Amino acid sequence: MPESLSIIKGALPYLLHGSLITAVIVTGAMTVGLLLGLSMAVGQVYGRKSLKRVIGLYIWFFQGVPILVLLFLFYFGLFNYMGLNVSAVAAVTVVLGMTTAAYQANIFRGAILALPQGQFKAAGSLGMSDMQAILTIILPQVLRLSIPAWSNEFSIVLKDSALAFVLGAPEIMARAKFVASRTYQHLPIYIIAGLIYFVLTWAGVRALAKLEKTVRIPGYSNKGM
Amino acid sequence: MTRNTPILRVENITKSFGGNPILKGVNLSLNKGEIKILVGPSGGGKSTFLQCMNCLISPDSGKFWLEEKPVDIFSKKELYRYRQQVGMIFQDFNLFDHLTAMDNVTLALRKVKKMDKKAASTRAMIELSQVGLDDKTKLYPAELSGGQKQRVAIARALAMDPKVLLLDEPTSALDPDLTGEVIDVIRNLAKKGMTMVMATHQISLIRTLADEILFMEAGTVVEQGSPKGLLVPGTRSQGFCDKLNSLSGEGI
Amino acid sequence: MSPFFQELFEALNRGLVMSIALIIPSAVGGVLLGILTGCLRAFGDTFIRKACDTYAALFRGTPLVVQLFILYFGFPNIGIYLTPYAAAVTGFILCSGAYQSEYVRGALLSIKKNQYFAAQALGLSKFQSIFWIIIPQAMRKALPGCGNEIIYLIKYSSLAYIVTVMELTGEGKTLATEYFRFTEVFAVIGLYYLALVSLAILALKKLEKAVHIPGFGKG
Repeated sequence: MPESLSIIKGALPYLLHGSLITAVIVTGAMTVGLLLGLSMAVGQVYGRKSLKRVIGLYIWFFQGVPILVLLFLFYFGLFNYMGLNVSAVAAVTVVLGMTTAAYQANIFRGAILALPQGQFKAAGSLGMSDMQAILTIILPQVLRLSIPAWSNEFSIVLKDSALAFVLGAPEIMARAKFVASRTYQHLPIYIIAGLIYFVLTWAGVRALAKLEKTVRIPGYSNKGM
Repeated sequence: MTRNTPILRVENITKSFGGNPILKGVNLSLNKGEIKILVGPSGGGKSTFLQCMNCLISPDSGKFWLEEKPVDIFSKKELYRYRQQVGMIFQDFNLFDHLTAMDNVTLALRKVKKMDKKAASTRAMIELSQVGLDDKTKLYPAELSGGQKQRVAIARALAMDPKVLLLDEPTSALDPDLTGEVIDVIRNLAKKGMTMVMATHQISLIRTLADEILFMEAGTVVEQGSPKGLLVPGTRSQGFCDKLNSLSGEGI
Repeated sequence: MSPFFQELFEALNRGLVMSIALIIPSAVGGVLLGILTGCLRAFGDTFIRKACDTYAALFRGTPLVVQLFILYFGFPNIGIYLTPYAAAVTGFILCSGAYQSEYVRGALLSIKKNQYFAAQALGLSKFQSIFWIIIPQAMRKALPGCGNEIIYLIKYSSLAYIVTVMELTGEGKTLATEYFRFTEVFAVIGLYYLALVSLAILALKKLEKAVHIPGFGKG
């Protein structure tokens, strides 16, 4: 075992460096998911029937197809087909972002629907436009209510990002695989990789729980969601 | 059995929660057909005492006799048999949320008393119509009003042929306009001679039904006696009832 | 139909059979493991509860692909050799069992203690109270979550390809690489998964409807 210990010691900085790439992918994907998911949620609640249908189709597709298949479809297929030359990291970020957007849309839609009916009307009665009402009254409440579910989504995206190695993005998993195949110390290396993900998940979830506490409004909760 | 042999007797019940004594040695003896009513401020130990009498909360110490035979509450078998004979009505009904009114009543008949399905349904039907719910048997708890739920709960307890019924503030979770239907059912039970121990704040029940009033405060019975003897100026019980009166506007 | 698509559908149908052969035992095993550990996490004594909590936290906190790599590539380091299929099914069961246990535990703990009291007051034994009152209620509460987990499992069965099981994704990837026709192949594979997932959702909706109780679980 001392041999494998020294290998792990040598490989650790290399693996940890991969977590920077992982962080870039996850941050990017969650941002894409937030913006796209929020827009879709607003569209699904307040939009026209045809728009609702298109968004429904989008959600059905991205929730029904495995990440792995989506990664192959977009990176080797559609992006090439459209003549786009994107890096593996960018491709993974966009695909994970589009997928989590489908789930986030459902989270935000649920939160919008959980708001008391009167909020939108009250904003209207003060002379706000629909857009103003959504931006200043609805979204600030919806975002607060959605943090726990969003944190759950974060941990899913983080774990899904471990699939980025199939496209050759140099994140944690790709590096672990590289070290393992050269040293034949598969077991300890993959355990270390697992632990790194575990710590990242834990830290992220903790940070979001703290955020939830910071922005909490006394007496206001997501009871009944 | 003569009228003077106690049907249920408990002695020296004590219970503490986290070092806080809630019951400090409470005794109660109940003859057949007798109705005893527990009154007193919330937190005085009424509810804990009732739940200890059924060992839903196990008392720290205490002795139990059912029809003068001692009950070993540490023997599971004896405890289950004891509970079958001592019915309980809860403040918040506690109907089984996944079963219809009918099945709420038949479940224990079938599983505990091992009755077959048909006999259990027949029995349940009798009890449910006694409480005026023969048209609601197929409804689930969420489809019933509070008063209806409590009446199903009473039917459920009575179907087991209990020798004693314990009632823990049976009307306190109900809207004022729904208490009447439950009070009527309880009065009917009294008329038929059911032996009962009840905690309640309903002055009309205290006044008209009680053979004896036990005023509980801080884990002990501080006053005890017939309504006539106890509900006179100067007693704690009368003072308490006056306070209830001014809150509810109900005459005594 | 062009010879390419003929070959594609043949390969994908072969892969579909393998995917189903992965999904069914994994789903059944995952649910059973989830019920067992969920019950232990809710009612077990301190040591067992802590052990099961740790298991669930580890498998929920790490990527499934890492778990599969440990089972398939890592275990040979300590002399345990699993076939690709065995490694995949083991990984799927362990991982989905951890998630399922979360729903089962949550559902068990959400049943109000008073339901148990009321059963006790009627003279039901501890076992009878749990079997006739707690479990029927908890299973209904856990069903949507557990069903959702099975949907996830259907999609994540595609990871078996990474440990060289030739299921839907694996068969498709081979063919796509050979003909260099990624868009068509993966679009069709996507449709296969969509069909599987949609069927499963339909079946679960039916099941939920069949055991539905008016008003139960609200408020």
